[in-house]
Amino acid sequence: MRLKYAVGLLVILGALGYLIFGGLGQNLVYFLTPSEYLEGQARYQNRPVRLGGLVKPGTVQYDKDRLELRFVLTDGVAEVPVVHKGTPPGMFKEGQGVVVEGRFREGTFQGTNLLVKHSETYQPPKEGYTPEEVRKLIEEAK
Amino acid sequence: MTAQMKDRPDTWTWLFLGLGLALLPVGLYLALAAPPDANQGYLARIMYLHVPGAWLGYLAFFVTFLYSLLYLFRQDPRLDRVALASAEIGLVFMGLALVTGMLWARPTWGVYWTWEPRLTTTAILFAVYVGYFLLRGAIEDPELRRKAAAAVGILGFINVPISYMSVKWWRSLHQTQSIDLTTGKIHMAPEMLQALLFNLLVFTLLYLGFLRFRAFLAALEARKEEA
Repeated sequence: MRLKYAVGLLVILGALGYLIFGGLGQNLVYFLTPSEYLEGQARYQNRPVRLGGLVKPGTVQYDKDRLELRFVLTDGVAEVPVVHKGTPPGMFKEGQGVVVEGRFREGTFQGTNLLVKHSETYQPPKEGYTPEEVRKLIEEAK
Repeated sequence: MTAQMKDRPDTWTWLFLGLGLALLPVGLYLALAAPPDANQGYLARIMYLHVPGAWLGYLAFFVTFLYSLLYLFRQDPRLDRVALASAEIGLVFMGLALVTGMLWARPTWGVYWTWEPRLTTTAILFAVYVGYFLLRGAIEDPELRRKAAAAVGILGFINVPISYMSVKWWRSLHQTQSIDLTTGKIHMAPEMLQALLFNLLVFTLLYLGFLRFRAFLAALEARKEEA
């Protein structure tokens, strides 16, 4: 055995062990739906969790000065009010699928990380896509 | 492949490399001429690099799996050299898929990386093939080296279908396949699909050229080792 490579091999095996037995186990359920959370509330109390669902249309309030984003996360059955500090990602909008990392405090979900989950469909914008129109679209999306 | 050692790569090698390199600018043009996406704007164009990278990673690890099996049956060192060449190229293209994926994730999902199923299984896949080369370097006896590498080349491949299907089997942040090989459904505008398919073809040609060239170099190395 050549020592240099053997050491490298041990590092890789360690990393694999950690990834498979440490990381993957928890991540097979990457996020909970609001319904699942509310059913098993006792189990998740005061633990950081990920909640996934849709941004309920008409519930988004963004305070530009305090960088505070409020919206309601829904899975069609249950709803959870979310507060997130910071600027939302560019693709965040009403009706969009999102995953929020954080924990509950007094009935509100305090988000520390906000992720957008987008669909697998790719289509050009309907209004045609001259550079000016696209620039306008991108501006509007901000 | 002939039994006697060649001094230079054969015509097929040059043909695949030449075609692949010549068509690469065309693929780039098609990618940059493709329309923006309604939701992502021009960001969606990272797809034309990201998807071929991932596809080649999967394909290359499959070829490694195949030639590792063949090697164990036939014990011909040439088969092992093809397995080695393919694993090396696969690692490079899987790395490209990971890097382009991270660059794409930051402006769309909001983060460079998150431990969701597709990303986690792909990270494991990448690490296994890094291990494949460390193992090759660690063992000095050529025959034992080839057999151990073949074992990793076979076992490591199990993760390829898992990685591909992860977005369907588990809840993930990564979207499901836009060109779904399991159902045949395509969720993409035709002009985008054409650009993507063309780039997939170009990258596959490049892979075939790289594979033959790398196997040829491995043969030269082996000859030197024996001398």
